[in-house]
Amino acid sequence: MIELDIQKKLLGAQGEFALDVKLRIAPGEFVTLFGASGAGKTTLLRCLAGLTEPDTGTIRMAGETWFDRRTKRPVQQRRVGYMFQDYALFPNMTVRDNLEFALRKGAAKQRVSELIETMALGELQHRKPNSLSGGQQQRVALARALAAEPRLLLLDEPFSALDHETKLRLQDEVLRLQRRYAITTVMVSHDVSEVYRLSKRVVIIEQGRIVRDGTPADVFSSNQSSGKFSFAGEVLAIEAADVVFAVTLLVGNQIIRVIATAAEAQLLKPGDRVTLMSKAFNPLLVAIDPKPAA
Amino acid sequence: MNYDWQPLLLTFKLASVTTFILCLIGIPFAWWLAQTRIRCKPVLETLVSMPLVLPPSVLGFYLLLAFSPAHWFGGWLEHIAGLKLVFSFPGLVLASVIFSFPFIVHPVQSGFQNLAPSLSEAAYTLGKNRLQTFFHVLLPNIKPQLLAGVVLAFAHTIGEFGVVLMIGGNMPGQTRVASIAIYDEVEAMNYDAANFYALVLFGVCFTILLTVYVLNKKFLTRLCGT
Repeated sequence: MIELDIQKKLLGAQGEFALDVKLRIAPGEFVTLFGASGAGKTTLLRCLAGLTEPDTGTIRMAGETWFDRRTKRPVQQRRVGYMFQDYALFPNMTVRDNLEFALRKGAAKQRVSELIETMALGELQHRKPNSLSGGQQQRVALARALAAEPRLLLLDEPFSALDHETKLRLQDEVLRLQRRYAITTVMVSHDVSEVYRLSKRVVIIEQGRIVRDGTPADVFSSNQSSGKFSFAGEVLAIEAADVVFAVTLLVGNQIIRVIATAAEAQLLKPGDRVTLMSKAFNPLLVAIDPKPAA
Repeated sequence: MNYDWQPLLLTFKLASVTTFILCLIGIPFAWWLAQTRIRCKPVLETLVSMPLVLPPSVLGFYLLLAFSPAHWFGGWLEHIAGLKLVFSFPGLVLASVIFSFPFIVHPVQSGFQNLAPSLSEAAYTLGKNRLQTFFHVLLPNIKPQLLAGVVLAFAHTIGEFGVVLMIGGNMPGQTRVASIAIYDEVEAMNYDAANFYALVLFGVCFTILLTVYVLNKKFLTRLCGT
């Protein structure tokens, strides 16, 4: 069980704000910290790891005090596996050396071979990290974090730099390994689909505070439970077309054109954030590139 | 012709000893400077860089004053360690260390600063202490800058003239290094001897720098490739 109750002053884009978070995480749980960038998610993760010090508060892990007014357990003694956004692989070492460097004192080298096999790194084990693709580096970083037999796995936006296919494959991999080693995991993410796929619990952080905490389904659909569509988008262009206006919107990565009346169009200008809703129609769901049943 | 190898040998001895001492103190100092958040950091950086812009004679003059037995520092040294720094080889070494300090600190410091902070942090999360991280993670990843620093310090010490002249004097076998010998021979109209020393220094410096550039290219390709 991790019990965390910390406060820290942070400097955000809109000035100073306070990170003030109280959180309990059960052993073996997979929790995602979700929120816009600059909300304090990574700082929270770094406080858990011991890389950043909170101003005040306590962090306890399985009865051990990691941080309070008197105790400051150094990062080296916390046994956390931390996966950095830039993976932080050591460029001077081969893939295998990276993993062996991570081994705890006296640990059998067999663990490295085992991880290399599980993560399908056999072909790459004698290569240097800089010659690997992003997805490959990510796998090495995950394997290295696990090589140290961590009691807590911390993932800082682990999939943000990957293409869609690789992302899906690696998400499965993370899930499989997390279950296999039954390791408590905290992930930072701002990708809704990732949260749905990986974790049963998501904690939404805004301006340093927890605003919601629950299953992804509960948390993400609470404000749109009617089953109606509601997408956030950005106005790219507004053009007059006969008697109506055509508004071009960017929703996610998709460009959508909708019709607006003159009155509606008058209120909009390019760059505005809008909510795109549909009430009357029942949507069609069509699978994209259907996968053969496994 | 009236020349011998002694000034050249002395030059290389001076450069080697100086470079060795610079490695011992310059590299850890560069690391400390790269990551410290101390208030007076700009002042320290300025002091380190001063020899780059200061006329060597200025530095030499003050060192001469400080090293002289009449000064409290020189007197103290002589009293404590029996070390006489003016017009002696140890004095030359100390002056060269000060004078070549920026040449090793600058490249190595920028090497450390260019490494992603996450590298050391990753090593810490894997249970490694600062010393292990320094030797296994940081140093091996700044090899090109290390090489550049060491070689520049060495080459710069070879080329030193003003400081050596001020505090070394011109004592054969003690402080008469090649650059001084050249000046001396020219003064005495022995152009052949001067030419000999000059040519050897030219050749050596050229070879050293060429080696650095060739090696650096190799390091870089090895770090980035398979």
